[in-house]
Amino acid sequence: MEKFNTIISSAVPLTTENIDTDQIIPARFLKATTRDGFGDNLFRDWRFDKNNDPITTFPLEDPTYGGTVLVAGKNFGCGSSREHAAWAIADYGFKVVICSEFADIFQNNALNNGVLVVTVSAEFLAKSFSAIERDTQAAFKIDLKNQFVELLASGEKESFQINGYRKECLINGYDNIDYLISQKEKIAAFEAAK
Amino acid sequence: MGKTLFDKIYDKHVVSSIPDGPDVFYIDVQYIHEVTSPQAFEGLRQRGIKVARPKQVCATADHNVPTENQHLPIKNDLSRHQVSTLVQNCEEFGIDLYGLEHPFQGIVHVVGPELGVTKPGMTMVCGDSHTSTHGAFGAIAFGVGTSEVEMVLATQCLMQHRPKRMRITVEGDLQKGVTAKDIVLYVISKTTAAGGTGYFIEFAGSAFSSLTMEGRMTVCNMSIEMGARGGLIAPDETTFKYVKGREFAPKGADWDEAVSEWKELYTDEDATFDKEFNFDASDIEPMITYGTNPGMGIGITQKIPSAADIGATTVKEIESFDKAMEYMDFKPGQAMLGKQIDYVFVGSCTNARIEDFREVAEIVKGRQKADNVTAWLVPGSKQVEKQIFDEGLADIIEAAGFKIRQPGCSACLAMNDDKVPTGAYCVSTSNRNFEGRQGPGARTMLASPSTAAATAIAGKIANPADLI
Repeated sequence: MEKFNTIISSAVPLTTENIDTDQIIPARFLKATTRDGFGDNLFRDWRFDKNNDPITTFPLEDPTYGGTVLVAGKNFGCGSSREHAAWAIADYGFKVVICSEFADIFQNNALNNGVLVVTVSAEFLAKSFSAIERDTQAAFKIDLKNQFVELLASGEKESFQINGYRKECLINGYDNIDYLISQKEKIAAFEAAK
Repeated sequence: MGKTLFDKIYDKHVVSSIPDGPDVFYIDVQYIHEVTSPQAFEGLRQRGIKVARPKQVCATADHNVPTENQHLPIKNDLSRHQVSTLVQNCEEFGIDLYGLEHPFQGIVHVVGPELGVTKPGMTMVCGDSHTSTHGAFGAIAFGVGTSEVEMVLATQCLMQHRPKRMRITVEGDLQKGVTAKDIVLYVISKTTAAGGTGYFIEFAGSAFSSLTMEGRMTVCNMSIEMGARGGLIAPDETTFKYVKGREFAPKGADWDEAVSEWKELYTDEDATFDKEFNFDASDIEPMITYGTNPGMGIGITQKIPSAADIGATTVKEIESFDKAMEYMDFKPGQAMLGKQIDYVFVGSCTNARIEDFREVAEIVKGRQKADNVTAWLVPGSKQVEKQIFDEGLADIIEAAGFKIRQPGCSACLAMNDDKVPTGAYCVSTSNRNFEGRQGPGARTMLASPSTAAATAIAGKIANPADLI
């Protein structure tokens, strides 16, 4: 996994709440047997109309927005456990998703793919949307080491929580599987004692 | 202090704990299917490792399979490739597969319980959010992503944070026509689609303990629809009776020993929960959803609420509500009863077990399907399909103008050809009414099998209580 450093970027706003993983990547695109190429179909049915023409009122197809940060309405990533949703977000080029509340499984899937999910307060989420409304290129700074997100134009800042283990994994590019494989003897002993 | 049922099971499965980090959490059984497993097997190959405990993995093909002519090759190239990749992976890694045409094939969350693979006290995962279904047996079961599927294949363990505990108690007697599906849709309408995020739920009270195992599975299945990691119900005689004698259930002396262990699986009286809800069963009527998340449900005789009625206060909340109304082409104040519909789907891991088809048969017996309705009745497994025919339900259902299709996930997520057309309305026994879930532009209304059957007869949304 790629190592996660501090990110400074403009952000794409998706104000809709309860965005489910069927919107992030519709089921008909889950027929692949590899992890690649899902970015093209990220938010497919919100980005393109029936004739496959871009819907430019949707922020991902609106050229005034851009960047590697996605700011989303609360309860982002609910529904299906499909990791394809996280793959699509990573493949499209997002490195961070900011939201006031993430669905549980999506949160794990994102972190397992090196995408940092930043849970902020409802107030800070509203400030983030306002900052993008004022200036579509408003810069966000996400500092994982010091655990804060900052709106650079106004200097408004909020710290965020992440457990120490996850943080180390992201900063160093470690993945969980390597760790679990290193625990094989302990696991075998546990099974023997069961 | 006493322990919750969840903690009793959880504690027995912690291999080790990382300070300020997750637990190494042991998984007794992993279920796999064709959609979320290929990348995990590929990961094992790239790392040059084997499946740690192939006998603790149970595989079936369900998401992508056709529900007609299953003896023929799958027409869609990508679907066929995905299903054949599962066959190859199971062969290569020594995993038992209940694939197409196997007498045990079906939806993974129907197959596991009916084979007796799912048992009380176990931990189970699957790359599918509805793995919460298996909690009905008093087990910890939850959905995981493909990276986690790979972790469990590689080591039989996961990195897991202990979730918070919630108890939802529903006491009292159910009204006529009210089923397990209505109880859970009612609960989600009260707690919202995110009300359970971060929690594992225990369902308690007489409304749940009086349910059959099929009903309990319907309830636990939908715990993810309130954002919860999973839901569980303490095992009792109903549970033991269901498990006994099944293919992989313990036999002889092992059975007696297992039951005495399972009888310890309950929440101690002095155990505490992080959050509790209490509801009265008699307040629940047959439920139906009107919006684009499962929390947007109402009693079938009620009118569609306004954003303010459901407590939306911020601009973003109101905009999200309006977006759902626009997608469904509904307006606040509109009645649900009598709304003309186009499709009815009875199926999915929520409602495709034998009891669900008994409910359908009871409603449609001696009646005829409305001409304006296309109905898909999809059994959850080959065994359910066989039972529908063995019990004579197929005769009743077919005489009413319906056809029984072959097992699979089907129109619940429309990965196969069973897609509801753009703009069409479908009353569905599945679990999600998200935009496009049953096909691009399709409009889904979630309900029980009884309501779906009554609606298919009437050609418009109908109250099953009027037909019983």
